[in-house]
Amino acid sequence: MCAATATFQGSEATIMNNVAPTPRAGAATAAPLIAFHGVSHVFGTRPVLQDINLTIGKSEFVCMVGPSGCGKTTMLRMVGGLQAPAAGEVTFAGKRVTGPAQEISFMFQDYSKALLPWRTAAGNVSLALEANGVPAAQRAERIKDLLGKVGLAGHAEHFPAQLSGGMQQRVQIARCLAQEPSVLLMDEPFGALDAMTRQALQDEILRIIQASRTTVVFVTHDLEEAIYLGDRVVALYPNPGRIAQVFEVDLPKPRNQLTTRESPAFLRLRRALFDFIREGEA
Amino acid sequence: MKLLKALILPVLLLVVWEVAMRVSGIESDSLAMPSQIAVAFYEALRDGTILRRTAETLRAALTGLAIGGGSALIVSIVFGLIPAAARLAQFSVEVLRPVPAVALIPVAILTLGFGYAMEVSLVAFATFWPVLIYGQSAIVNIEPQLLDVSRVLRLSTLGRVTKVVLPATLPRYFVAFRLATAVSLIVAVTVEIAANPLGIGYELMTASQSLHPDLMFALVLWIGIVGWVLNGALLLAQRRLFGPAAMVELAR
Repeated sequence: MCAATATFQGSEATIMNNVAPTPRAGAATAAPLIAFHGVSHVFGTRPVLQDINLTIGKSEFVCMVGPSGCGKTTMLRMVGGLQAPAAGEVTFAGKRVTGPAQEISFMFQDYSKALLPWRTAAGNVSLALEANGVPAAQRAERIKDLLGKVGLAGHAEHFPAQLSGGMQQRVQIARCLAQEPSVLLMDEPFGALDAMTRQALQDEILRIIQASRTTVVFVTHDLEEAIYLGDRVVALYPNPGRIAQVFEVDLPKPRNQLTTRESPAFLRLRRALFDFIREGEA
Repeated sequence: MKLLKALILPVLLLVVWEVAMRVSGIESDSLAMPSQIAVAFYEALRDGTILRRTAETLRAALTGLAIGGGSALIVSIVFGLIPAAARLAQFSVEVLRPVPAVALIPVAILTLGFGYAMEVSLVAFATFWPVLIYGQSAIVNIEPQLLDVSRVLRLSTLGRVTKVVLPATLPRYFVAFRLATAVSLIVAVTVEIAANPLGIGYELMTASQSLHPDLMFALVLWIGIVGWVLNGALLLAQRRLFGPAAMVELAR
C-alpha cells in the first residue's frame, strides 16, 4: 500500500502503518467506528483520492494533514455524507454512509459562511435543534446550556457579524454539539484564527470532547496542531491523495499548551512529520 | 435644503412655460399653461376622478404583480431546487420572455374581453419574467456552504427553503419585486391607453381625445408622482427590512 512501517526512537512516539493500527490504551478503543474501504475519487478527470484504507476507532481523535490537493477535506465530506466516493465505500458503525446522519456533525472552516448571518448566536444553535425536531419549549434551555458550554453565555442575542472569528467558531461548535453527535468532523476549523484564539479553542475542543468521549476527525494544515490534538495523525500525499503514513501520538493527556509542546516526544514527532511532509513535496 | 435644490429646475421650467404662453398669447388645443393644468388637477382631484382612476390602475397593476411575481417566486425556487426542471424549461423561458406584453393585448382582448381580467393577466405576464430571472440568479448565488450546513443538519426540504434559501435570497427577491413594480405600472397604464376602458391610462386617453390638454398634462404628472411614491415606499421598506442589523426580523 504505502510506506513501510518504521519505528521511532523512544517509546512515546511510533510511526505505524496505516492499515493496521494497533490497539492502545487511552481514549481510543479498537472497535472501528469509521472505516474507508478502498476509497477512490475523481473530480472530473482529476483523481483526488486513490485506494484509501483507514479505520478510526470510537472516541479516537484523528488528525489528517497534508498539502492542498491531498483530498483530506474530500475524505471528511465522505464521512459526513456530503460526498459519495466514486469507488470503494465509507462505513459508519458498520453501515455504508449514504447521507448526513444525526450522529455525525460537521464543522466548517469558513465560519463567516457557515453561520446564518440573519440569525443570532442563539438562533444559529437553534437551527440544529429545529432540524432534530426538538420541541420549541425545550430549545431555549438547551441553547443556554450549549452557549454556556462554549463560553458564549453573554452573547446569545448577538449576530455573527457582531462576534469575533473565534466567537463565531464557538457558535459553530455549539451548533454541532446541539446535534448530540458521536462523531465530530472538523474541516480546518481554526485555520483562519489568530494564534492565541486558536490555542484557546484547541484546549476548549479537547475539554468538550473528553467529557462526551466524542470521536473526532480533524483536518488541518498545521502539523503542530495535529500532534497537539490527535491520538493519531494521518499524513497524506497529494495528486492523487493517498495515505502516506500514520503517526501514533502517545503524548500524555490532558495536554498542555506549554508542557506538551515542549516535551521531547512532541518535538521528535514534529520533526518526523516536518521531514516527512518535506519529502513528500520534494 | 436638498429638496429646495431639487425643486429649482422644475419650478423654473414651469415659470418659463407659463410666462412664455402668456406673453405669446397662444390659443392651443394641445398645450395648456401650468396654471390651467394645476386647476384641472385640482378639479379632478376634488371630484374624485383621479383617485378613482388611480385605484383602478393600482388594483390591476398590484393584482397582476402579486400573481405574476408570486408565481415567479415559487417557480424560481422550484428551478433552484431541481436543476433538471430549470434545464427542461430553459428553452420555453427564453422564447416566451422576449415577447412584449403589449403584443399580447389583442390576444388578451380576444380571449378575456375588456376589464380587469385582461389587464391583470398582461401585468402578470410582464412581471413574471424579471422576478423569475432575478430569483433564479439569487438562488444560484446562495453560499454553497450554507446549503452544506442545511444538509449536514438534515433540514427537511421545507425547512431548507424557509430557513435557509428564502432568508438568504430575500434581499435579491426584494430588488426583483421593486423592478417588477415599475413594470406593472407601465404595463397597466399602457394597456389602459391602448385598449382597456379603465384607470389613469383611459382617463388620459379620453382627455387627449376630447381636447383637454390641461387634464391630460395633469394626469401625466400624476402618473409620475404615483410611480415615484410607489418606488419610494418600496425603497423605504427595503431599507427598513434589510438594514445591516435588521436582516433578522425576516427570518423570524
